[in-house]
Amino acid sequence: MYDGEYSDKVIDHFTNPRNVGEIENPSGVGTVGNAKCGDIMRIFLDIDENGIIRDCKFKTFGCGAAVASSSMATEMVKGKSVQEAMEITNKAVMEALDGLPVVKIHCSLLAEEAIHAALWDYCQKTGTAIEGLKAPKADINDE
Amino acid sequence: MPQIYLDNAATSRMKEEALDAMMPYFIEEYANPSSIHAMSRSPRAAVKKARAQIAECLNAEPSEIFFTSGGTESDNWALVSGAEMSEKRGKHIIITTIEHHAILETAKYLEKRGFEVTRVNVDSEGIVKLDELEKAIRPDTVLVSVMTANNEIGSIQPIAEIGRMLKGRGILFHTDAVQAFGHIPLDVKELGVDMLSASGHKFGGPKGVGFLYVRKGLRLPPFMHGGEQEEGRRAGTTNVPGIVGMGVAAEISCEDMEAKNDRMVKLRDHLIERVLGEIPYSRLNGHRTRRLPSNADFSFQFIEGESMLMSLGMKGVYVSTGSACASGSLDPSHVLLGIGLPHEIAHGSIRVSIPEDATMEQMDYAADALKTTVETMRSLSPLYDDFVKKQKVM
Repeated sequence: MYDGEYSDKVIDHFTNPRNVGEIENPSGVGTVGNAKCGDIMRIFLDIDENGIIRDCKFKTFGCGAAVASSSMATEMVKGKSVQEAMEITNKAVMEALDGLPVVKIHCSLLAEEAIHAALWDYCQKTGTAIEGLKAPKADINDE
Repeated sequence: MPQIYLDNAATSRMKEEALDAMMPYFIEEYANPSSIHAMSRSPRAAVKKARAQIAECLNAEPSEIFFTSGGTESDNWALVSGAEMSEKRGKHIIITTIEHHAILETAKYLEKRGFEVTRVNVDSEGIVKLDELEKAIRPDTVLVSVMTANNEIGSIQPIAEIGRMLKGRGILFHTDAVQAFGHIPLDVKELGVDMLSASGHKFGGPKGVGFLYVRKGLRLPPFMHGGEQEEGRRAGTTNVPGIVGMGVAAEISCEDMEAKNDRMVKLRDHLIERVLGEIPYSRLNGHRTRRLPSNADFSFQFIEGESMLMSLGMKGVYVSTGSACASGSLDPSHVLLGIGLPHEIAHGSIRVSIPEDATMEQMDYAADALKTTVETMRSLSPLYDDFVKKQKVM
């Protein structure tokens, strides 16, 4: 990517990524992407008994846009209900970042998928369902 | 914050002497050297001088140097016209897997035109496999093109050996010396090449000008059609200032090359030793010694190149990367895949190309910046986490 094509928000979230880390015994964890393509995102969720996301952390292997998208996505899901988190689209992540270059749109999609994968893991663990949530298609081992 | 430019293989800062030499040919001696009147004498003489300066660097004759718009045009010309002039004898061409796109894409174009192209592999250090090249030669092989030095991993190819292998077999031999000319000693007679491409801005000359060496006696047809410039071999109004600047840059670059390279190698090796010694799970790509004095190309496991590049940029260190994420394509650099790196390691690659005026302090600053960048990016990486956990279990 050319310097200057990233918005200030992307640069900010890349330089000072929010919520980096892991959650021990997470309510849900999701990993999407694969190393072959150059990006992997892992999102951890801590969800309370009312289905509210108390905390969210991430680890990402990837470009500047991938890091910024993960950071922004974790900010967006915090405090939301699982249903609300489910409805966060890649477009919303992109808008919150003041846009991404066209070739980087897939990074925001990966963020959406990572949230879904973590929510799916939560549903599997708790035996619950979230309306509209499907099993994650991308897998870290898809190589 | 310092500004440390370590992307010299992308383009170099112009040498001041080259710029100064160019200036008169814009607004004073601006006449067209192809004109007949007296004002054309001075620019004509200037172009003649530049031709001699470049020929001198190559142990060539001035009449063997043809000016072009740059390395890409020179490569296109050599391949397309070289193939076309030989097609009655055969339609088979040999290149390597790690050529620059100017060669790779031109070869693809020739495939569409009915030529067959063999892409010879390189070894894990980025040196072309000579036995494989030898085996690839067929009775209908008419052209072989192997780069002198690779633009990403800096590996220097055994051009003279290939020249000897091809001698007397009626096969045209071209080398893309865009990264090598002005950086390492080149002698066309020793190399045994029929054609050699170079580009002005890679060695302190201006952008938009280059040349193709064409061995005397080889009637390479024109690629650019039009006027009678360059002995009717390359049409288009002569780029006098560009050519003059390139000539001066070539002359300066080739002076005391050995001493300058000794210094460059010290800078490069210091950086390499620090990086490999202080950053775990890092590797040097390309040959340890048979590489350009200015080139150090690294891969760092568990992290991705574009984010490293951004992070280094914030520290004032400017490099390039072979990661796919930087280009918007899906695959990382064909060169890194060509030396057998798996995709995930190729994605974590950084090319450092050192300018002539760099200092040891800058190398240390760059090594420190790389170290902290790699640490930061690994602290974000799920791959690194997985790796560390696996290590603990074992």
